[in-house]
Amino acid sequence: MSSLSRDDVANLARLARIEMSDQELDNLTSEFGVILNAVARVQEVATTDVPATSHPLALTNIFRKDLVIPSLTPEEALSGAPASEEQRFRVPQILGEEA
Amino acid sequence: MSALTYDDVMAKYEPVLGLEVHVELNTHSKMFCGCSTIFGAEPNTQTCPVCLALPGALPVVNEKAIESTILIGLALNCSIAPFSRFARKNYFYPDMPKNFQISQYDEPICVNGYVDVEIDTDEGPQSFRIEIERVHMEEDTGKSLHVGGSTGRIHGADYSLLDYNRAGIPLVEIVTKIVPGTGKYAPEVAKAYVAELRDILRSLGVSDVKMEQGSLRCDANVSLRLIGSDVLGTRSETKNVNSLRSVERAVRGEMIRHAELLNDGKKVKQETRHFQEDTGLTRSGRSKEQAEDYRYFPEPDLVPVAPDAKWIETLRAGLPERPSLRRKRLQEQWSVPDKEMAAMINADVLNIVEETVLLGADPTKARSWWLGEISRLANEKEVAISELAITANDVAEIVSLVAQGELTDKLARQVVEGVIAGEGSPAQVIASRGIKVVNDDGALMAAIEKVCSEQSETADKVRNGHLPAAGALIGAVMKETKGQADAARVRELLLGHLGQA
Amino acid sequence: MIKNSAAEMAESLASGATTSVALTQAHLDQISKVDGKVHAFLHVDSQGALEQAAQVDAARSRGEKLGPLAGVPLALKDVLVQKGVPTTCGSKILEGWRPPYDATVVTNLKNAGVVILGKTNMDEFAMGSSTENSAYGPTHNPWDLTRIPGGSGGGSAAALAAFEAPLAIGTDTGGSIRQPAAVTGTVGVKPTYGGVSRYGLVAFSSSLDQAGPCARTVLDTALLHEVIAGFDPRDSTSINAPVPQVVAAAKNGDVKAMKIGVVKELNGDGYQAGVRQRFEESLELLAKAGAEIVEVSAPNFEYALAAYYLIAPSECSSNLARFDAMRYGIRVGDSDGASAESVMNLTREVGFGREVKRRILLGTYALSSGYYDAYYGSAQKVRTLITQDFNNAFEKCDVMVSPTCPTTAFKIGEKANDPLAMYLNDIATIPVNMAGIGGMSLPCGVAPEDGLPVGFQIMSPVMQDQRMYSVGAALEAALLSQWGAPLLSQAPSLGGAA
Ligand SMILES: [Zn+2]
Repeated sequence: MSSLSRDDVANLARLARIEMSDQELDNLTSEFGVILNAVARVQEVATTDVPATSHPLALTNIFRKDLVIPSLTPEEALSGAPASEEQRFRVPQILGEEA
Repeated sequence: MSALTYDDVMAKYEPVLGLEVHVELNTHSKMFCGCSTIFGAEPNTQTCPVCLALPGALPVVNEKAIESTILIGLALNCSIAPFSRFARKNYFYPDMPKNFQISQYDEPICVNGYVDVEIDTDEGPQSFRIEIERVHMEEDTGKSLHVGGSTGRIHGADYSLLDYNRAGIPLVEIVTKIVPGTGKYAPEVAKAYVAELRDILRSLGVSDVKMEQGSLRCDANVSLRLIGSDVLGTRSETKNVNSLRSVERAVRGEMIRHAELLNDGKKVKQETRHFQEDTGLTRSGRSKEQAEDYRYFPEPDLVPVAPDAKWIETLRAGLPERPSLRRKRLQEQWSVPDKEMAAMINADVLNIVEETVLLGADPTKARSWWLGEISRLANEKEVAISELAITANDVAEIVSLVAQGELTDKLARQVVEGVIAGEGSPAQVIASRGIKVVNDDGALMAAIEKVCSEQSETADKVRNGHLPAAGALIGAVMKETKGQADAARVRELLLGHLGQA
Repeated sequence: MIKNSAAEMAESLASGATTSVALTQAHLDQISKVDGKVHAFLHVDSQGALEQAAQVDAARSRGEKLGPLAGVPLALKDVLVQKGVPTTCGSKILEGWRPPYDATVVTNLKNAGVVILGKTNMDEFAMGSSTENSAYGPTHNPWDLTRIPGGSGGGSAAALAAFEAPLAIGTDTGGSIRQPAAVTGTVGVKPTYGGVSRYGLVAFSSSLDQAGPCARTVLDTALLHEVIAGFDPRDSTSINAPVPQVVAAAKNGDVKAMKIGVVKELNGDGYQAGVRQRFEESLELLAKAGAEIVEVSAPNFEYALAAYYLIAPSECSSNLARFDAMRYGIRVGDSDGASAESVMNLTREVGFGREVKRRILLGTYALSSGYYDAYYGSAQKVRTLITQDFNNAFEKCDVMVSPTCPTTAFKIGEKANDPLAMYLNDIATIPVNMAGIGGMSLPCGVAPEDGLPVGFQIMSPVMQDQRMYSVGAALEAALLSQWGAPLLSQAPSLGGAA
C-alpha cells in the first residue's frame, strides 16, 4: 500500500496552507500510514464498471432567475474583517502572480 | 544575445498558437448570487454571504449565465454537452474568497467548435480556421489595490486592499485547440480571432466586451517549432493582454523572444508572463517552486447542468447573423469600398448606419454622417458615439430633408450639432434656430449678380466655357447667403446667368 | 416544568398556564445550574432568548395564530449561523465572529416562534464523535460526567439530556445527530438529504451534511422536523417537494403490516453485548406491535467507513479553505513585512485543531493529481454500491434497523489518540449519509453491564421520513409502557431543578 513520506506530508501542508512543526509532521506521517491503509479498502470493490456517485440526489438544472437582490451593506460585509481600510478588506502583502 | 528580426524568426521556425479568452457576461446579477454586477460601484457594496464566502453560504446558478454560455457555444459552432458539471478548482489567493474557484473541469458545457477569420496577406485576403476546444463557465475574482511601495504594483507593496464587487461575476472561458499553420501571420491571426470573437459576443448581446474594462481578456500561448518538425516547442502563456493591438504585439514579441532563446541554445521556460503595454514586451511572472495542483473535484453544492434539446434549439433559432457574414452582406448592398468599411467597423458605427439605412436613408449619406461629422463631434466631446444624443431616426430625417432640398449640407451640420447639444429633434432644432434654406430665386439672383460683378474675371472664364471656375463663384454666393441657399439651385441659376445653362 | 416534553410545554403555553418568558427563564436557570458540569453551551444568548420569548407572548396575547412550537426554547448547534450571535463551529479560527446573516433553519425557527437559547458545543467543524475536538473544551455526558456525549453534536444532545432545552438542532454528516442521541438517551433525526436547507450550515462535507431535529421524544422531534424542513431556493441541493408528514406519523405510531429489515452486517462482532440485547428486545416489541421483522443484507456497508473517510476529508479540505484570516475570524502573524501567505499558514496552524488538520491534509491528498482515482474516485464508486445495497434492501422492507452505535458512551480521553478506533463509532450511521436517506436514533434502554443508554437506529428511503417516525413512535410507546417513565428519569440528578 502506498505510504506517505514526511516530505509528502509537508507538501500537503503547503498546499493546504497550514504551517506545521516538525513534531506535527512526524505525528501525521505515522498516522497517515495507518489511515491510508484503512481507507484504501475502497479500491477492493471500486471496479471500472461501477459508476461514481458525487451526489446523493439525482437532481439537474437547478437555477435561479437573473434577478438582483439586495447585497449586504459594506458595514455588514466588513463586520468580521480582521482589518479594513477605505471600505476594503485590508490584507498583508500578497506575494504572487499579478492579477 | 543577438537581436533577431521577425524575418529571421520565420526563416527557421513555425509558430503554434493557443488562445484563451475570458469574457465577463453582462448578466444583471452574479453567477451564483443575487448581487448586482454594475461596473464601478463603491467598494464592497455588491457583496453578500455567497460571494464573500461567509461560512455557511451556498451558490445557486444564474440561469441567464447558462443561456449566454450556450449561445456562445452555438455561435462558435460547438456541440452543447447534454450533461455538464461544475468543479472546484482549489488554490489559495486573497482575491478569491472561497479559496477555490467554481469552474468546469472535464465536463465543460460546450466543446469542439470553430471560428473562421480572414486577414489580409501578401496574396490577398486569406481565411484561417481556429478550432475551439471548449467553452466553459466560471466566476471572476475580486480586485486588489496594492498600497505602499513605489510602483502601486503587487511587488514591493506593503499591504493590499480588497474589493469583492467583482468576485462572482460570471465568466466564460473560450479555449482554442492549438493553432498551427498560420506562419508569419500568427500575430495577425491572433488579433483577428480576438476581434472576431469580440464581434460575435457583441452581436449575441451577452457581454460588454470592453477589453479596457477587463470584460474581455486574452491569454496568448505561443510556442515555436523548427520548420518541418512535428514536435511542439515549449509554450509561454502571456496573461491579460488588454487590447487587440496588444494581442498582435504580444504574439510577435513572444515569437522573437523564443527564437532568440532557442538560437542561443537555451530553453524556453513553460511559464506565465505578463504583457507590458508600454514596451510591448512580456515579463516573467513569479515562478513557483512547484506546479500548482488544483485538486479539481465535482462541486458538491451544485447539481449538473443538463440542457434539453428543445432549449438548445430555441436558442439556436434566435442566433443573430454572424458578424463577418453580415459585414460582407452590408458592404455589397451598400457598395462600400474596403477602406470605408474598415473605418466604419473601427469606429463601431456599423449598427447605427444600418439602422439609419433601414429608416430610408441613402447608405452613402448615412455612412458619411456617422463616420464624418458625428464621429468628429464625439471625438471633440471625448465620448462614444453611442453616448451622443442623436439617433438613427434623427440622421435619417436630416438626410431626407437634405434630399428634399429643405436643408443644405451646411445647414444640416447645424441641425446635427443642435440635436447633439440636446435641443431636441431635427424639426425642433430647425424651428428653434430658425434654420431655413433660401430658395427665393430673386434673392439668389441678386447675390449672383453681386458676386459676378465683384469677380468679373472669373465670371468671364465661365462665360467662355471654363466650367470648373464656377465653383469659386458658387462658393462666394453661398457665403453671401450665409449658407442658407441650396447649392444646386445656385449653380443652376449662375450657369444660366452666365449663358452656360 | 423543564422535564416535560416540548409538546407538553407548547400545550401549557397555548392554554395560558405558563408564558414563554417564564419557560425560557426556567431553562436559562437550569443552564446556569448545570452547564458548569455539562458544558453543553458555547454561548448562552439570555437576552436574545428572553426578547424573542416576550415577542411570542405578546403575539399570543394579541390572539395571533402561532405555530405548534411557538414559545418553546431550543438549543442550536454552533455550526449554524445566527445573525449577530457568535458562531464558532467549535473552532478557534472563528473566535469572536458574529455572522451578518441567518441560516435558513434559523429563519424557519424564528418564524415559528421557537426561542433560541444559545449555541451548543461540538467537535470542531463537526469532525469527531465525542465533542472532545472542540477548541473550547469537551462536553460531558449527563449520564456520567466522565464520559463523552457523542459527537459532533454532543452539546445539543447533552443539553436535552440535562434538561437545559427540550429541543435542539444538530447536523449529521456521518452520524453527528444520531450517535450523540444514542449515547445520551435522546432522540435525533437526520432527515433525507435535501429535506432541510443547508444554507447557513457551515459546511464540513457538502454532499453528506444534513441538519436535523433533536429532542427527548419522537413526537417533539417530528414537530421540530416540520418547522425546519422544506424547499429553500438558496440551497441548490434542496428538494422541491412537500415535507413528509412526520408529525402525523409520530402521533399515529402504527407499524401494523410494516416490514422492518434488520441489517445483517450491522450487528454481531464488535457490538457490545448490552447493545445487542436491547436491540433484540426492541425488535420483539415491534413484532408484538404488528410489524414483520425480516433480515436484509447490505454487503457493501463494510466499505462505507473507508469511503466516508475519503469523501468527507476531501470535501472539507476545500470547504475549510475559506478560513484564511483575510475576511473574518482570527488573524495570526500579521507583523510588519509578513505576507498574506504566511499569515494564512500561521492562522490555520493556530486556528485549527489536530483532527481538522488531519482531515484537511488527508482530503488534500485524496484529491491530488495522480491519487484522485485511487482514493476520491474509488470512494465515490463505493457510494454507488452502498446506495444500491439500500435500494435492494428497501425492496424487501419499509424501513431498515440496526443499533445506532456499537457501544455505549466511552470515557473522555479514551480514544483521543487513536483516530481509527474513534472513527469506528460511526460504522452503523455512515451508510445513511452516503445514500442520502433518512435515519433516526431513539433510546431503547440502558446496557445492563454499564447502565448507559443504547440507541436504536431506523433508516427510511429518500423522502419517506414519515416511516421512521411511525416505527420510532411505536417502539417508544412500547418501551415507555414497559419502563413506566421516560428513560432519562434513570439518569443521575445533576442538581438542577426537578
Ligand atoms: Zn453576492
